[in-house]
Amino acid sequence: MTPTTTPAAGTDAAALAVADRVDLHALCADAGVFELLDGLDRDLIGLAPVKARIRDIAALLAVDRARATLGLDARPPSLHMCFTGNPGTGKTTVALRMAEILHKLGYARKGHLVAVTRDDLVGQYIGHTAPKTREVLKRAMGGVLFIDEAYYLYRPENERDYGQEAIEILLQVMENQRDDLVVILAGYKDRMDTFFASNPGMSSRIAHHIDFPDYGADELLEIAQLMVAEMHYCFAPDALPVLRDYVARRMARPNFANARSIRNALDRARLRQASRLFADAKASVTRDALQTITAEDIRASRVFTETAASAADGRAAT
Amino acid sequence: MRITQGTFSFLPDLTDAEIKAQIQYAIDQGWACSVEYTDDPHPRNTYWDMYGLPMFGIKDAAGVMLEVDACRKAFPNHYVKVNGFDSTRGIESVRLSFIVNRPAEEPGYALTRQETVGRQIRYTTTAYSAQQPAGKRY
Repeated sequence: MTPTTTPAAGTDAAALAVADRVDLHALCADAGVFELLDGLDRDLIGLAPVKARIRDIAALLAVDRARATLGLDARPPSLHMCFTGNPGTGKTTVALRMAEILHKLGYARKGHLVAVTRDDLVGQYIGHTAPKTREVLKRAMGGVLFIDEAYYLYRPENERDYGQEAIEILLQVMENQRDDLVVILAGYKDRMDTFFASNPGMSSRIAHHIDFPDYGADELLEIAQLMVAEMHYCFAPDALPVLRDYVARRMARPNFANARSIRNALDRARLRQASRLFADAKASVTRDALQTITAEDIRASRVFTETAASAADGRAAT
Repeated sequence: MRITQGTFSFLPDLTDAEIKAQIQYAIDQGWACSVEYTDDPHPRNTYWDMYGLPMFGIKDAAGVMLEVDACRKAFPNHYVKVNGFDSTRGIESVRLSFIVNRPAEEPGYALTRQETVGRQIRYTTTAYSAQQPAGKRY
């Protein structure tokens, strides 16, 4: 933690009490907060409510820092969060970003993310859970602990389940060491609601409940373009309308998982592109050919050939 | 008599903030911290009991402090030390070791002189506390 965030004591406080203004903008610019927030806007499509909340948190932390430099009491706020949303809406991605932001703002000392699920926290037999949970907590200290599908921690149907023990240890650390650790729970909305209903202590200790909205078709297209650019590919001009059509059809199918479905679709398009190039490998290939995904690569998807009736049987599209 | 073993032992007892800073230093050097305790503080007793496993892969001192606090709570009247183990090939040994907890009362050592052949004297030290059975020493 930087010296500015610790409450000034003794002579320092006297010296600081004389100053009555602080350059908030410079404070944020120094910490690289603006680049971070801009990067967030650039790299994450949609997610308006999420970004708004992250801005709020960044502002709060910056103001707290400014207060600390003037010797005002700045108690570390509780920053435990809960991310709810459908699959593929970017919960893990945002959690990773969150760790970075909190680190830049001087809240998390190390800014690493430890992602765990029920298996990493809950043991198999009596006395196994506590050491396991403590082990994970120790690793996460100074950073962010991300618990994916957190509702699995509590299994109401089995009253001897060890998940409750893990929850109690978590709660204790969340309360006592909130300047050492930020806990982020993630899961689907309805199941998290039942989880919180049966664990009111957990719900009240989490200050930020953030809901991740589903993406619209346009946002998914933007995401697709961002993803191919990251993989050093590009779409042929005629591929875009086909992709738009694909996204619309894919969204109507069961098991649609937002950005994750798009990523899988792109991976399969890459497969088809590769085998297309491989099939006529006699000629030498150009740089363009190697990085262009054409309309036919996308159109070969089963989404286009299957009828609505067979789509309803719930198989994943290939 | 105050036992002086390991780093910082001639200084006043470290505060929690100082312990944390030392642990963070060890972690930043890439050393793995571990917590050990004993009720037999003889200088030649190198085998203290381990409290949990050495903590590899921890990034922040707060994680180790959890374990230190748990050990001090479990053994408030024992000696507790923190080790920093350097696993670099060719070193592979403890680089830093300091006491973080000691009993309220430390009775010290008795010096025994044994007369052997030719009036030669052999010396040995015994901790007064170690005369009690293990577990009842402090």
